[in-house]
Amino acid sequence: MTRYILWRLAGTIPLLLVISIFVFILVQLAPGDAASALTGGRPTSTEALAALRAKYHLDEPLPVQYWLWLRDAVQFDFGTSIQTRQPVTQAIAARLGLSLWLTLYASVIVLALGIPLGLAAALRRGSRFDRTVVTLSVFGVSTPAFVSGLFLLYYLGFVLGWFPVFGAGRGALGRAWHLTLPAIALALTVMAIVVKITRASVIEELERDHIGFARARGVAPRRIILHYLLRNALVPVVTAASVIVVAIMAGSIYVEITFALPGLGSLLVDAVRQRDIPLIQGATLAFSVFVIVVNLATDLIYALIDPRIRFASAAR
Amino acid sequence: MKGMSPLLWIAALCVAVILICAFAGEAVAPMSPDTQRLLVGDTPPSADFIAGTDNLGRDILSRTIVGARTAIVGPTVIALGAFAIATVLGLVAGYFGGRIDAAIMRTVDIVLALPGPLIAIVVVGVTGGGYWTAVAVLTLLFVAPDTRIVRSAVLSQRSQPYIEACRIQNVPRHRILFVHILPNVLPLILSYVVLDFAFALVNLAGLSFLGLGVEPGTADWGRMLFENRGILFTNPASVLLPAATIVVTAGAINMLGDHFRERTGA
Repeated sequence: MTRYILWRLAGTIPLLLVISIFVFILVQLAPGDAASALTGGRPTSTEALAALRAKYHLDEPLPVQYWLWLRDAVQFDFGTSIQTRQPVTQAIAARLGLSLWLTLYASVIVLALGIPLGLAAALRRGSRFDRTVVTLSVFGVSTPAFVSGLFLLYYLGFVLGWFPVFGAGRGALGRAWHLTLPAIALALTVMAIVVKITRASVIEELERDHIGFARARGVAPRRIILHYLLRNALVPVVTAASVIVVAIMAGSIYVEITFALPGLGSLLVDAVRQRDIPLIQGATLAFSVFVIVVNLATDLIYALIDPRIRFASAAR
Repeated sequence: MKGMSPLLWIAALCVAVILICAFAGEAVAPMSPDTQRLLVGDTPPSADFIAGTDNLGRDILSRTIVGARTAIVGPTVIALGAFAIATVLGLVAGYFGGRIDAAIMRTVDIVLALPGPLIAIVVVGVTGGGYWTAVAVLTLLFVAPDTRIVRSAVLSQRSQPYIEACRIQNVPRHRILFVHILPNVLPLILSYVVLDFAFALVNLAGLSFLGLGVEPGTADWGRMLFENRGILFTNPASVLLPAATIVVTAGAINMLGDHFRERTGA
């Protein structure tokens, strides 16, 4: 197991390098030269420009610039926001909590509803219930979080008035209350993916011999489903974890904009709109590291559940 | 067209209507989509304006109809472009194997591990955006998953007896690839092009919703959600109509894509 963990950790290094190069190159991608990109295109005095060039080492060759930038970045120093002059790390730390709550809330909804729905549909394959679930999941996959968010906002928030329509709320209860609609909006698309995968894999698993034998031996149906079937059927769901994580993360950006929530996603989009390069770099790295860490964690859990994975990779 | 349920026929009908709107656009729309009526402002649905008007007094229904164009053109380019590149990469990786395969597939692995939608937002935003930048970035991001699909399809063909027969007869490699393998994996590829199209439509609309995709003033579903978000409670139709068209279009195309994929036996 130790060997697998080390092997898997080593695998994230090239990924982190690619992401850090991408984030660094962003300054060069912006229209105009790097210095004007860093002032956000506003008129600046020559002295201020010179100070900026010195601070970001813009007169050094690119690889040196990258090295100096990376050295600061690994110490969580991404410079200061162009718009607010606030250190980027502080700005991110202030917004991180809400985004974590939102994604966690949505993930719980996705797993708690998606897996049972997929299972129930597969067990009643071909029934009216199954066909309804399949059709709804096709539309669920086609509904981006901002669209379901706008519909929920209008009907449950405005017409029925059951939920608050903006803001993040105060205290644990207030926050949970304010985050309910955004979490549902975020969960719907991803849940449809989980329902599809669960249903397909349960159907495949039902046809396996060991299920038939268990039935023939007279094992209680409840036990067959929970102990024999679900355990194997959930492997594809765990395999799809990275797709699910990316979908939830991307969705959270759109949902935070839709519901005007002050999270990491809205911080990133505001920074992108104002071309606030240091803030964009910090937020992009924060998101990417989050995705990588969650993927790493699911892979390790996966290896714990399924010994074949760790032996196969150790043999490589 | 056998074995199509009533729901599939409805989906096909929806796609046909959207396609007509995309090609005919202004000719089908009841009014000019860009005419501003500043004195009218935003109004809820009425006899004159079936779906009401936006902040600038522009007709929502006409803008939604004309908006089909950016919703169809971009995703078509993305889906076809990404698969054209992915087909070449996948054929080469799957057939030749070895180092070429490893080089292509490790690159694909890295791209797949990146948070794609995030990269699209950041690149389109920082470069100053625009519709075609968004299309180009999404095309590149779609190449990675598509390459994986093509490669595995090629691998399943490569070990078949008819390919071995070709090799024994000394058929040139490019001929085996493009004349023998390609036609056999093409139906599968095309069914995924359809699914990619729906996914691209949703992604492109998302970028416009953030104000990053199409240029300001364009009649586009995502852009309409961005511009009319503030009048959701005074004229809900200005937001809910384009929102619904996104879901109906993507949903209908996904249903058709799923149907074709099942028929090609993948």
